[in-house]
Amino acid sequence: MKENDIRFIKLLILVNGLVPLALLVWDQGHKQLGANPQNFLILTTGMMTLIFLVLTMAVMPLRKITGWNWLIQFRRMLGLYAFFYGCLHFLCFFSLDRGFSVSSTLTEMLKRKYLIVGSTALIVMIPLAITSTNAMIKRMGGKRWRALHRLAYVAAIAGVIHYYMQVKADVRQPLVFAAVLAVLLGYRLVVYLRQTKPIKAATPAAK
Amino acid sequence: MKEPDKISDNEITPSAVYFNRRNFIRTGILAASAVATGVVYRKLNPVAKGEVKTAKLEGVISASAATNAATGFRVDEPETSFEDITHYNNFYEFSTDKEGVASAAQGFDTKGWQVSVEGLVNKPKVFNLDDLLKISPPEERIYRMRCVEGWSMVIPWAGFSLSKLLDVVEPTSAAKYVAFETLLNPKRMPGQRSDVLNWPYVEGLRMDEAMHPLAILASGIYGRSLPPQDGAPIRLVTPWKYGFKGIKSIVKIKLVADQPRTSWSEYAPNEYGFYANVNPQVDHPRWSQATEQRIGASGRRPTLMFNGYEEQVGHLYTGMDLRKNF
Repeated sequence: MKENDIRFIKLLILVNGLVPLALLVWDQGHKQLGANPQNFLILTTGMMTLIFLVLTMAVMPLRKITGWNWLIQFRRMLGLYAFFYGCLHFLCFFSLDRGFSVSSTLTEMLKRKYLIVGSTALIVMIPLAITSTNAMIKRMGGKRWRALHRLAYVAAIAGVIHYYMQVKADVRQPLVFAAVLAVLLGYRLVVYLRQTKPIKAATPAAK
Repeated sequence: MKEPDKISDNEITPSAVYFNRRNFIRTGILAASAVATGVVYRKLNPVAKGEVKTAKLEGVISASAATNAATGFRVDEPETSFEDITHYNNFYEFSTDKEGVASAAQGFDTKGWQVSVEGLVNKPKVFNLDDLLKISPPEERIYRMRCVEGWSMVIPWAGFSLSKLLDVVEPTSAAKYVAFETLLNPKRMPGQRSDVLNWPYVEGLRMDEAMHPLAILASGIYGRSLPPQDGAPIRLVTPWKYGFKGIKSIVKIKLVADQPRTSWSEYAPNEYGFYANVNPQVDHPRWSQATEQRIGASGRRPTLMFNGYEEQVGHLYTGMDLRKNF
């Protein structure tokens, strides 16, 4: 795929990723976020975070299956969008739910298991976002960079658990996220096991 | 000498035109994809609000100001809009999406509705709705409504005290509790096709709670008949308890000797108790109950003990450990 086309697809992702945010702002401006706009903003930004986390995790399996290696070039942007919406999600909680009170945010976050899990997801995304630049990949070296970026699994799993934990009774939506994530992670596991098997088998023979 | 295969200049697409065409197509793709994303978002988050049309209730009476203040019949706080009360509902029989209940419940037919009042009573009776509503004229009661999820409303109900119905059927001395049941009909209540809860929805009150004047059978809001999403045609309202105690679309009321099972405490006994009294000091295991989000207002406000009805109902629970009996 040509450099020019890659840039265009990146632009596509950039613009489309902003559409939900633009509509949130628009609806807020027109007072049409429903009866509980605070909750809606928190829920929707959280949902967007999960969607982008899942999309990020889908890149590698999709690339292996289709052989489209250029897909990898969009992973950073998807991951950064997950982090972006995750930050918005936290800001909505901090401002609308906790009234900008640092102390009440902290006490609530330490008291509630689902908030501990959610914060974990967001916090592990911070180093990933910081080290997402080409310069950082070079500086760290591919191996160490890849090891660090396995934290994305933690973020995605914790994110879905966080959603599951705070749902009152109808867990169908969090379970859909969990199922999709399980397939994506399961695929990686299969790939990993296939790669390691022959090496393990070879080790005793070499001795 | 002749140059071979010379393509005349005017046959070559000028690069400017070529790139323009390409840009034009790309701009089109970009715009189309953004619109498509927007449409998907809108499908998932609709803003359309249907009109809610219900009949005007005749003869709703309002108690005197003095009575209202003492009894808690009328709370002096801004009322939540009709729009919000009718478009933000927890009614899993129709949908687990609070904003989706209104449209899912539209057209719910309550013609020929009957309520059976039975069990440990001297005069059991199956009431036609009209006969039930004739027991006492509807009174306006402006109550706070605190949902266990941490949001609240102020709702102008129309209804009468449950005690008036109980007086008609004459509970025996063996009756210690009142058990309520919602209609079970998955055809008319599509939410009952999924097993989120164990249908039909059931609730219960202790006898003294049921006889308390604040506990009402409501048949209207804002001077109009209850819309389906709010529990048509008749529902329970107990303003000092979390909203889920207010069982909707009641078809059966049974006087019993033992504490009846209730839907939410059956679903998660560690999270929802039989009493479900509003209590800012006793948190839900997963979230705080100290504050609440008043619908239509910004920020959170402190939640009041017994939802602000401590003066009226506090004595019902003297000596009880409210942490254990949550």
